[in-house]
Amino acid sequence: MFAFIVSRVLQAVPVVLVVGLIAYAMFAFVGDPVTIMLGTDYTEAQRVALVKQLGLDQPFFVQYAKFMWAALHGEFGISYRLARPVTDLLAERMPATLELALTASVFALLIGVPMGVYTGIYRTAFSSRVFMIFSLIGVSLPTFLIGILLILVFSVWLQVLPSFGRGDVVRFPHWSTGFLTTGGLKALILPAVTLGLFQMTLIMRLVRAEMLEVLRSDYIKFARARGLGTRAINFGHALRNTLVPVITIAGLQIGGIIAFSIVTETVFQWPGMGLLFVQSVQVADVPVMAAYLVMISVLFVLINLVVDLLYYAVDPRLRVVR
Amino acid sequence: MNVLDVENLTVEFPTRRGVLRALDHVSFSIAPGEVLGVVGESGAGKSLTGAAIIGLLEPPGRIGGGQVLLQGHRIDDLPYEKMRRIRGKQIGAIFQDPLTTLNPLYSVGRQLIETMQTHLPLSNADARLRAVRWLEDVGIPAAKQRIDAYPHEFSGGMRQRVVIALALCAEPRLVIADEPTTALDVSIQAQVIALLRRLTQERGLSVMLITHDMGVIAEAADRIAVMYAGRVVEIGGVAEVVRHPSHPYTVGLMGSIPVLDARVERLRQIEGAMPRLNAMPPGCPFNPRCPRTFDRCRDERPELMPARQTAAACWLYA
Repeated sequence: MFAFIVSRVLQAVPVVLVVGLIAYAMFAFVGDPVTIMLGTDYTEAQRVALVKQLGLDQPFFVQYAKFMWAALHGEFGISYRLARPVTDLLAERMPATLELALTASVFALLIGVPMGVYTGIYRTAFSSRVFMIFSLIGVSLPTFLIGILLILVFSVWLQVLPSFGRGDVVRFPHWSTGFLTTGGLKALILPAVTLGLFQMTLIMRLVRAEMLEVLRSDYIKFARARGLGTRAINFGHALRNTLVPVITIAGLQIGGIIAFSIVTETVFQWPGMGLLFVQSVQVADVPVMAAYLVMISVLFVLINLVVDLLYYAVDPRLRVVR
Repeated sequence: MNVLDVENLTVEFPTRRGVLRALDHVSFSIAPGEVLGVVGESGAGKSLTGAAIIGLLEPPGRIGGGQVLLQGHRIDDLPYEKMRRIRGKQIGAIFQDPLTTLNPLYSVGRQLIETMQTHLPLSNADARLRAVRWLEDVGIPAAKQRIDAYPHEFSGGMRQRVVIALALCAEPRLVIADEPTTALDVSIQAQVIALLRRLTQERGLSVMLITHDMGVIAEAADRIAVMYAGRVVEIGGVAEVVRHPSHPYTVGLMGSIPVLDARVERLRQIEGAMPRLNAMPPGCPFNPRCPRTFDRCRDERPELMPARQTAAACWLYA
């Protein structure tokens, strides 16, 4: 078990290195931060000085190696745009994004899984068909459109929920939370629904499809033939057998929720990492963008590790003796 | 009193092009301690009969007529929850493929304990003790250690033993065994049949043994029901049906069993195929393939009638 985790973490090292390389290369070759920082009026001497100060005169791989080495120590350099350490910037923005992503994931799972089970068991019921039609909207409408529609209905017409920002936030030394105030919770609703809706409907449709498959299986028929109760069959035997693919997809989707909250954060002006990333792209702020991508890759690796461990817990056939 | 009486059981499948009748007035009964073998080719309705008796027809299939009596009480019209209490507790079922009938995610012990506790008032410790005894009884070596093993850690034959334990553990009076050996190795088949026979005899259980393996039937059954196109075409004692079949279909069926010590050019077979449900011929459903068809066979449907030493649905014996 321990060896398994260690081997997984070791496998993750090259992944993170390669993602870092790609991120750094991509951003280093698109856009020139120097001209953006200097504006329109500067002398050649000023330009050369700035290039030297940012270390851009060194060979690319040296720059990359320095970047990764510093990253290993939690240093991602100084933001070109804000002239502040990237680590501080990300740490400031992280609570907003993580709280949003957590709420969206809980929403997606707590509603998606039961609805998938329900529509799988009562697949011909009228209510199931209604759910399925609504889920089509969820999987097919783009996120920004859902966000704008929600703002239109709940902020403009009904005026019950705020349309932007985090609302009232309680600050701690290293964390700021919107969970503790009514205003913060209210501000969380629309962005979380927007962010989680696609995942919710995807998980629901996946659980439903898996349930339909499992409910036809011989072991469910045999469980019925042994007279087991409906609840034991549906939740004990059927749902658990649908979990392996559901965990896979849910894991990837939760990673996606955090990584790609960019659109939602932009629509709702949510002061999280996604919004920081978008603002950094506009001025080619390489350290921020590269740091963000490296962080996301670490996050995906962690999520995949958790997913692997969950497989292990759910399915005895995967507990291979090593 | 019989353990099971099936009277004029009819199973239908409503489709867009009308109602298909998959079982047509099937009648038979099983006495206490008796093993009834049910034979017939694929699609004859053997498994469907079993499913209809335990109330687990796949929708849209439904019972369209007749009745099923368990120890004199009608069970085919019970609501789901009442029927659920009968399944496992009074009628046990064994399915064909032991590789797929056990839930892969739960240990065999857990599945046994769950089944027993659903039907019997047992504490966890008692249920576990009984589960070990059941595993020993069906011949799982080192049952005490193996009780926490998962299905994939057992071979096919061992898994079918576990399935048998699961079917019998809530002490039913009747067992419906649907092709219990078809998916097994030939060498394992005999062991599993012997085990099933021993366990049911010890407890005086009645068995409905569905199979298309005549060897299994001859070895294990007391009586045989031969099914064709959703009907019982012949029923009688095992020796009589095997040695002196009356219905031309049974005659063909027995004739198509190859004999090991006779060298033949071609194996014998019954010409043609069983009619499809939507193209059932009028009269006797076997008439297009029957070597002894005459006019009456094409017009009138024969019911089971005394025929020499058995009962057959054939106008030859009218």
